[in-house]
Amino acid sequence: MSTSQHSLVDELKSGLDAPICLTWELTYACNLQCVHCLSSSGRRDPHELTTQEAFGVLDDLAEMQVFYINIGGGEPMIRRDFFDILDHAARRGIGVKFSTNGAYLTPERARRLASMDYLDVQISLDGLDAATNDPVRGDGSYALARTAMDNLAGAGFGPFKISIVVTRHNVAQLDGFKALADEYGATLRVTRLRPSGRGADSWHELHPTNEQQREIHRWLLDHGDHVLTGDSFFHLNALGESLPGLNMCGAGRVVCLIDPTGDVYACPFVIHDEFKAGSVRDAGGFAAVWRESDTFLALRQPQSAGACASCGQFDACQGGCMAAKFFTGLPLDGPDPECVVGHGEAALLEGSTPPLMLVDHSRPVPVTLLAR
Amino acid sequence: MEHRVVTLNPDVALRPEPFGALAYHYGNRRLVFLRHPDLVAVVYALDGHRTIAEVLDAEGIAPRRRASFVAALASMLDSEMLCERATRANHRDGAPLRSSGAVIGAPPVVPLSFVHTAEVHQ
Repeated sequence: MSTSQHSLVDELKSGLDAPICLTWELTYACNLQCVHCLSSSGRRDPHELTTQEAFGVLDDLAEMQVFYINIGGGEPMIRRDFFDILDHAARRGIGVKFSTNGAYLTPERARRLASMDYLDVQISLDGLDAATNDPVRGDGSYALARTAMDNLAGAGFGPFKISIVVTRHNVAQLDGFKALADEYGATLRVTRLRPSGRGADSWHELHPTNEQQREIHRWLLDHGDHVLTGDSFFHLNALGESLPGLNMCGAGRVVCLIDPTGDVYACPFVIHDEFKAGSVRDAGGFAAVWRESDTFLALRQPQSAGACASCGQFDACQGGCMAAKFFTGLPLDGPDPECVVGHGEAALLEGSTPPLMLVDHSRPVPVTLLAR
Repeated sequence: MEHRVVTLNPDVALRPEPFGALAYHYGNRRLVFLRHPDLVAVVYALDGHRTIAEVLDAEGIAPRRRASFVAALASMLDSEMLCERATRANHRDGAPLRSSGAVIGAPPVVPLSFVHTAEVHQ
């Protein structure tokens, strides 16, 4: 099995004709200001794609036979044409999985979602109670998410997803999250915290400790068959047994991001010029960016293991996450900042210069806070 | 297995890729990698009329390769990528896909060189 998996990973690393996993952030507007928001969302960007442009993107994706898209934001349900976009995707045979904080998921909208085909919904939650969740996602956000879950359940939506970003403060709640998901007949999804967007500022206080990483690894080995992870914890494979999934960085190879203004990036966690491949507004549209951009073609070349080449664990962890390295200022061909062997921590102690955030739609800090 | 009459599930889309093809099941959200162009040709040739043996003959699959093709098709039948002719008609009556026994979660990784079932994980 491992032989077959290895060659599959090699095949995928050289890229596909179309992405498997395409994330499309519909808007930078958001009612929340989560401290770890990977897209630094808050305010709508005046240059966001129009409804007609969004339909055009969906037509291009259908042409490329993209099976499904992951819609996020910002809060995607804020867009007035949100349901029009869902309807157009369904008309073009594109499945939609969308991610929401639940604030706009009223009983009426839950019923509308429940009546649609090819649709998955995931509600974000980062704590099992308001005391754990709200410091990260904002006051009242726990209650909003639970109400949205109740509304989906009440509408008979079926198995929706509950999506957790694992932090230092909620590792101990993993069993509780699983129980909550089971209670709703929902599927639990747990993903890795990245230092992207506003996460660059909060990462040092939120990311799991090394001891907690071992706990996460053990927990995923025990529950991995029934929990989705976005394959985001492959850096933990250096601890021994490999987690289920493809266990590779898919950026620009099988994964990419379209931002609300149509810019295309290598993955949802690298909204930065360094990883910008082009725009859906360019001649040739998304297909040309995916197939021909220098950024993506470079990522599909064999990558150097660099400083990790001499470490016996490289085959297991693949050097970890590109975004995590980039936004903590570590070299891309070196250890992940959360390298379980400790190489990343050592590299961070030696000193690193995180890049400047170029795309930031955070709302201005209230004057009252500045005056304190 | 070889005497069975199967066809691509109508809920499944195939997309050509350099290594062969990707198959996606819109109902159970499973993604399967078909990792040889010959296997893709065989899957396209399954028409719901001929048996698997007849299709393998028609596609000129050499006897020594037959067992691996049959195993690959069996695993695709297990993951509902293929269906038997009789069930095809049942699928066509327009029941919403999500309520038709959707399996959300990680399907098993099939230990075959030809077919790889991946978690559709986002």
